[in-house]
Amino acid sequence: MLIEAHDLTLAHGGRPAMRHVDFAIDRGEIVTLVGPNGSGKSTLVKGLIGALPATSGTVTRADGLKVGYVPQTLQIDSFFPLTVRDFLCLPQRQTKADIAAALDSAGVPGLQRRQLSALSGGQLQRVMLARAVMMRPDILILDEPTQGLDQPGAAAFYQQIARVRDDLNCAVLMVSHDLHVVMAASDRVLCLNGHICCQGTPEVVQSAPEYRALFGAGTAGAFALYRHEHDHDHTHDHEPHDHA
Amino acid sequence: MLDDFLVRAGLAGIGTALAAAPLGCFVVWRRMAYFSDATAHAALLGVALSLAFQGPIILGVLATALVMAFIVQSLLGSGLAQDTSLGVLAHSALAAGLVAVSFLSGVRVDLMGYLFGDILAVTRTDLALIWGGALAVVGLMAWRWQRLLTATLNPDLAQASGISARFEGLILMLALALTVAVAIKAVGALLIGALLVIPPAAARPLVRTPVSMALVTAVIGTASALGGLLSSLTFDTPTGPSIVCVAAALFVATLTSAKLLRR
Repeated sequence: MLIEAHDLTLAHGGRPAMRHVDFAIDRGEIVTLVGPNGSGKSTLVKGLIGALPATSGTVTRADGLKVGYVPQTLQIDSFFPLTVRDFLCLPQRQTKADIAAALDSAGVPGLQRRQLSALSGGQLQRVMLARAVMMRPDILILDEPTQGLDQPGAAAFYQQIARVRDDLNCAVLMVSHDLHVVMAASDRVLCLNGHICCQGTPEVVQSAPEYRALFGAGTAGAFALYRHEHDHDHTHDHEPHDHA
Repeated sequence: MLDDFLVRAGLAGIGTALAAAPLGCFVVWRRMAYFSDATAHAALLGVALSLAFQGPIILGVLATALVMAFIVQSLLGSGLAQDTSLGVLAHSALAAGLVAVSFLSGVRVDLMGYLFGDILAVTRTDLALIWGGALAVVGLMAWRWQRLLTATLNPDLAQASGISARFEGLILMLALALTVAVAIKAVGALLIGALLVIPPAAARPLVRTPVSMALVTAVIGTASALGGLLSSLTFDTPTGPSIVCVAAALFVATLTSAKLLRR
């Protein structure tokens, strides 16, 4: 396992935001976290990369694990001059040839000398992906990577991520809002709302009552092959409990 | 050569500008202007303590600046409103320092010197301390440069690469305390913040990368120090404020020339 969480509880601003998570991810998997706003998706990601200490429970990362992280967005102060090339050299310096190759394969060739703050949303996402891929990560973690992309742009981006997974045989962990695209691109989906509501293959999750309670039945095609016996509501104040 | 007070003053100004350059860039990039003010204002309290215990001024200043920086850092971590809590600390530190100095009845204290700097009275020992401190700050920043940049850009991104954003923050605190100790002789507690913020702001329109911003900031800082010294001699004005005025003039100059060139 690359990253493993056991009974992990995380707090955000002094309040528990994610309770009793058991989670593991291995090479080659694409796992997506879905859930409404404030459901603790980003909190869980921060906990897994070690940016947020566990309130209780444990997170274990494999020895020497290389994480390629693509944040939701980068807020760059207008007084912070940073070219794409500088950005790709954080934290490790890279050769010119490697930088050119990484930008080429991310679909944004020739941007080396552009200021990071002058890029469009789509270009910035691709440059951030290029940086993460350059680190030759064991696991790629992306927090809402397609925010600000239109539907075709998002679809192309997810294809790019699947290619990266195939090239590097790395794991991919994503946070996402675009349910439909994500469902097509993931091996496993975790539906969150302060805890893990349900998880499984996209088909299983789409037909789970917890998922429908959060997102509505929508265009979910598959009939409920998976019956979830546990009845519960989705308020945040309830006592932590197990799901069968 | 060092016998000439003007040469000593010039060298002190250059040393101070060099220490302030890379750190000032981070102060601007991380929006820590108020933070550096709070730390610098605490230096006055350090002066009072040093005088009361008859210790070396630079040590007292370094110690109180360090303590202040850590208090501010932990306050920010606790989720209180940044702007307000930093304002409270910056002004209280200054007031407490002024009150503390007034208690020192036995000692004749040149308060103006500590508030606005006394660069023309720099001794050889001062000069050694200033340059020692400046080299330490520049060395520290150069050593951690890539890591500091990553942590400044995005703490989570840094954490994912195994860089502790918290630790890099502490490195900056240490550099800030050292810079305050170095700069108090040249520009005084009230204007250290200006020396940290104005030269990088003036450098920004001229540069495209972080390294070039630090280098151009050093040049602008040095020019301000020497220009301020010269105008202070010519017009018989206080040196610290003169240095800051030259820096401000350079800021206006680079900003307007960049605007004009873009037309």
